[in-house]
Amino acid sequence: MTMLQTVERSALATVRRGLSLTPEFRRGIAGTLALAVVATVGKIIVPIAVQQTIDTGLRNATPDLAYIRGAVAICAVAVLLTALAGYLMNVRLYKATEASLATLRVRGFRHVHDLSVLTQNTERRGAMVSRVTGDVDQISTFMQFGGLMIIVAGGQLVVASVLMLVYSWQLTMLVWACFLPLMVALPRFQRWLSGAYTQVRERTGDMLGAVSESVVGAQVIRAYGVEDRTAERIDAAIGANYAAQSRAQKIVATVFPLTEVVSALAIAGVVLLGVRLGLDGGISQGQLVAFLFLITLFVSPLQVATEVLNDAQNAIAGWRRILGVLETPADVADPGPAGVELPRGPISVRFEGVEFAYPGGKPVLREIDLEIPPRSRIAVVGETGSGKTTFAKLLTRLMDPTAGRVLVDGHDLRDVRFSSLRERIVMVPQDGFLFEGTLAENIRFGRPSATDDEILLGLTELGLADWLEGLPAGLATQVGQRGESLSAGERQLVALARAYLADPDLLLLDEATSAVDPATEVRLARALEGVTRGRTAVSIAHRLSTAEAADEVLVFDRGRVVQRGPHAELVARPGVYADLHASWVSAARS
Amino acid sequence: MASKVTPAVMRKGFRVLGVAIRTEPVVFAGAVLASAVYGLMTVASAWALGWATEHVVLDAFADGDVADGAAATAVLLIVGVAVLKALGVGGRRILAGVLQFRMQARSRRGVTRQYLRLPLAWHHRHPTGQLLSNANADAEAAWAPLAPLPMAVGVVVMLVTAAVAMVVTDPVLALVGFLIFPAIAVLNLVYQRRLSPLATRAQQLRAEVSEIAHESFDGALVVKTLGREEEETRRFQAKAHELRDANIAVGRVRGLFDPILEALPTLGVLAVLVVGAVRLEQGAIDSGVLVQVAYLFTLLAFPIRALGWVLAELPRSVVGWERVQGVLEATGSMEYGSAEPAAEGPARLEVSGVSYSYGAAGEPVLRGIGFDLPPGRTVALVGPTGSGKSTLVQTLVRLVDPAAGAVRLDGVDLRDVARGGISRAMALVPQQTFLFDDTVRGNITLGLPLPDEDVWAALRLAQADGFVSALPAGLDTKVGERGTTLSGGQRQRVALARAIARRPRLLILDDATSSVDPQVEARILHGLRDSAEAATVVLVAYRMATIALADEIVYMEHGGIVDRGGHDELLGRCAGYRDLVTAYEREEAERAVLEAGSAGVSPDDIEDIEDIEEVPA
Repeated sequence: MTMLQTVERSALATVRRGLSLTPEFRRGIAGTLALAVVATVGKIIVPIAVQQTIDTGLRNATPDLAYIRGAVAICAVAVLLTALAGYLMNVRLYKATEASLATLRVRGFRHVHDLSVLTQNTERRGAMVSRVTGDVDQISTFMQFGGLMIIVAGGQLVVASVLMLVYSWQLTMLVWACFLPLMVALPRFQRWLSGAYTQVRERTGDMLGAVSESVVGAQVIRAYGVEDRTAERIDAAIGANYAAQSRAQKIVATVFPLTEVVSALAIAGVVLLGVRLGLDGGISQGQLVAFLFLITLFVSPLQVATEVLNDAQNAIAGWRRILGVLETPADVADPGPAGVELPRGPISVRFEGVEFAYPGGKPVLREIDLEIPPRSRIAVVGETGSGKTTFAKLLTRLMDPTAGRVLVDGHDLRDVRFSSLRERIVMVPQDGFLFEGTLAENIRFGRPSATDDEILLGLTELGLADWLEGLPAGLATQVGQRGESLSAGERQLVALARAYLADPDLLLLDEATSAVDPATEVRLARALEGVTRGRTAVSIAHRLSTAEAADEVLVFDRGRVVQRGPHAELVARPGVYADLHASWVSAARS
Repeated sequence: MASKVTPAVMRKGFRVLGVAIRTEPVVFAGAVLASAVYGLMTVASAWALGWATEHVVLDAFADGDVADGAAATAVLLIVGVAVLKALGVGGRRILAGVLQFRMQARSRRGVTRQYLRLPLAWHHRHPTGQLLSNANADAEAAWAPLAPLPMAVGVVVMLVTAAVAMVVTDPVLALVGFLIFPAIAVLNLVYQRRLSPLATRAQQLRAEVSEIAHESFDGALVVKTLGREEEETRRFQAKAHELRDANIAVGRVRGLFDPILEALPTLGVLAVLVVGAVRLEQGAIDSGVLVQVAYLFTLLAFPIRALGWVLAELPRSVVGWERVQGVLEATGSMEYGSAEPAAEGPARLEVSGVSYSYGAAGEPVLRGIGFDLPPGRTVALVGPTGSGKSTLVQTLVRLVDPAAGAVRLDGVDLRDVARGGISRAMALVPQQTFLFDDTVRGNITLGLPLPDEDVWAALRLAQADGFVSALPAGLDTKVGERGTTLSGGQRQRVALARAIARRPRLLILDDATSSVDPQVEARILHGLRDSAEAATVVLVAYRMATIALADEIVYMEHGGIVDRGGHDELLGRCAGYRDLVTAYEREEAERAVLEAGSAGVSPDDIEDIEDIEEVPA
């Protein structure tokens, strides 16, 4: 379904491409890595100190306390230095990753808004949100934990192995022989784990869906008395989620203890083989004891390995998804500074041989050739699915035609700068979407510089002053999330006021008052008639009166304009409009 | 406020943990037992290594020969202890998971059961987002400390055992441990106390960033049509940068404490070497003990932090638990009587003196509403937006109980009707359509064993049979979450079929065909009127075609009944009603006057229009 791009590339190429988009991360990465190496070397201080103490300090019957004190003092300084390196490395890493990921988030967010309506609508909103939130978070988790662990834990294994080799190559081989099978098996564990986590995510999604039905559908559930059935469905979803969680937990709980057993086998093997080697003079007793300490350095990297691999996989998936957004072309693009600036004043529109088809679909608009003169009032009518809304979207350049062109004041819409276009042509969609905040903030959305007085004036001009009076806090009324504190009709009023305040030269109303009561709607229609005087106005009509009031009616049927002319003319002729009119009349009067 | 680990929060937090322990005592005991095994075996593994060093390694180097018996014992000890430890770790992790997940599931079940039980009035008082997070994030947060809890208990066992073992082996070396480990524990506590508010803030900001993105993408069309992309990006960027700074603040604290917490045990081992060497010289210990204590230090360094993890989760847990409790302890669930309404025949409904207001101090939205609805009649509720029609409808099917007055079904107060009795007798099609994430059939039957013919018959009456039969899987087509795969008009028709299919004795349509084309709506309404099913019907409507179906009209304004009667009666004597229902007509008439005037037609020709205008109120 989604039209977001997914470029096939390897994991490595994905990471490289992802990093190339975040210069903040690469800056100073060498220094951070150097600090990481220093911090890692700190891990072998204890084994070395133990070895030195046993082999040199305790070689004779009486311990060489001075030597031991000296050696320990040096080690202590080394410990503090590596701790300092660790601190600096962490701070640098956090700063670099957070700065780069914030940039990535903002770029992704902006790009989503730049995508055409068509592309936006192919993706679920929630999925799009997670691309700039959760997906980016997964990258940051990896960079700050998993990725760091790969470096630190990997370094730990290397450093430990090198020191082991210095002490005894035979014992080193033995230790590796013990741990190697586990290392080979880890990716398999990771695949199980990753599969189990995917299950958990899916089951959690199902569960949340079931739970939200009990909240959002509260009215219907009660009205139909299906509480028990709903409870059963929720319980099943919660149960499935529990089962998935437990399964993932079992996999994790198996890997951890395995490392303990393997490391015990390695220790036992080293003790057995070590003493024999020692007797042959192959290794000193201090080195052998130090070896036992070195084995513990193998345990923690392997214990976190499955989690780290999982992090890495999630991060790569996260990178793929955010790249998927950024690399999807904004197909209805702003021509930018090179584009045309429309001068203010009434707008004329011309459609030339316009055709539109959704990708892979049949044309929904065909052979649209028409002209809308400046200052004219146009009503667009037709049955559901006749192409009215598509027409509106082409006129406001929410989409581009697949053939032909749309001209505004003689300029192809594709050449007009967005800043100019959005200022001069404003559409009021059917669904009055409001942002959380006050009424004033929402109306000001149309013109950020508007004062409260200007907003009041606008509402008065639209005949909405009475309505505003009735609101508890007037302009300061909180509209709630997505405007849910207001009724659907009231939301439409706000959306209309918002567009009116934007003061466009062409106002396009897409059934913008369908949810308000008839008396209010008529008042509003009358007010609009007054305030749109001198502007071009296009209304997608769902009521007779709108069509009657228009200078000209465009009748859409199955993607074509089948009739056009003033209401009085059209209604007198048999045809689509006359039929439509008849049904409206019967609905309004019967 | 609650993000800090204060003594009060800790006390509450431990009480929450106590609840879990009392609820799942067996699982908790099992987890603690496994964890104790793990703790004991961790100390034992150091002891085994010390024993092996002393009796195998050092003895062999001293004697120039390996004692086979000692070597075999050492291998058995090391591997045996490790296997027991592994079982302890595995058992602890699995049982801790079971404990945590069971408690989460239990809270979720309890919370959602409450959602289903509490009256709609309670739902009106709580935002949707809050209820969803009570069931999800809060239930999760409440029991989050259960994951590290058994480990923390195991660590306590481990520390006590280690302390005893060290004191027994050498009190002087033990002193080093008594200095280092409390230091680690205290430092970790300080760490978690510093980190916890910062992490909570970052979490909060993450939610806010997501909230902005969600709102902004939901309103993408508005953003686009008003050219607000720049402003929206700035708004998002400001919050994203706040999040960045909060995360960096978290990173600073982590970056500072993690290396220190790692360095401390290392310094402890070094101290053990120095002190141990002195004790060796004094002959108080042998080398094996030195190795054993040093090894023990490296083993204890990490697990000791588990104590901090539990404490770090407590503030969030307390907040989550209190929110969950808030739902679980909410009272006011509906009480049911025992009366069973009749099974057949149209219902009689009497509404008397019904008043209602949202919230205790709210303006009344219904004031003393009263009317009778004889069996088989159709009544239209008409009134401007906000006049209380939808609220009245909710009292009719007992979604809410009136604050005063009563609604009676066949003479029985709705509050005395048995549970389920009302929904068997009445069906409401609400203004806002709600479809379940289920098939078309599932959405219509809602679990009733209805044969397909009945389902199709209902769909036919709702003018939905055409598009449903064109769906890829017909009745078995999944409609998606909230029915997103269908259009608004299609969803309304499925919701209507759901009501019709139950053959209700009282059918209530609350502006239930607003998204349907007028032509289709007309067919639906005529179908309903002509269908043989005799039912009492209540309609909420604006459209004249709908109103015209009613035998009687109840006209409402500001929560009260202004007038009632037939359409023509009301048109004659009720100004508000006339204004509302003839709004379009009058507008058209006026336009005709204007046009006629401009075309030079004399006013006499349009006197009938003037008549409408001048009907006295």
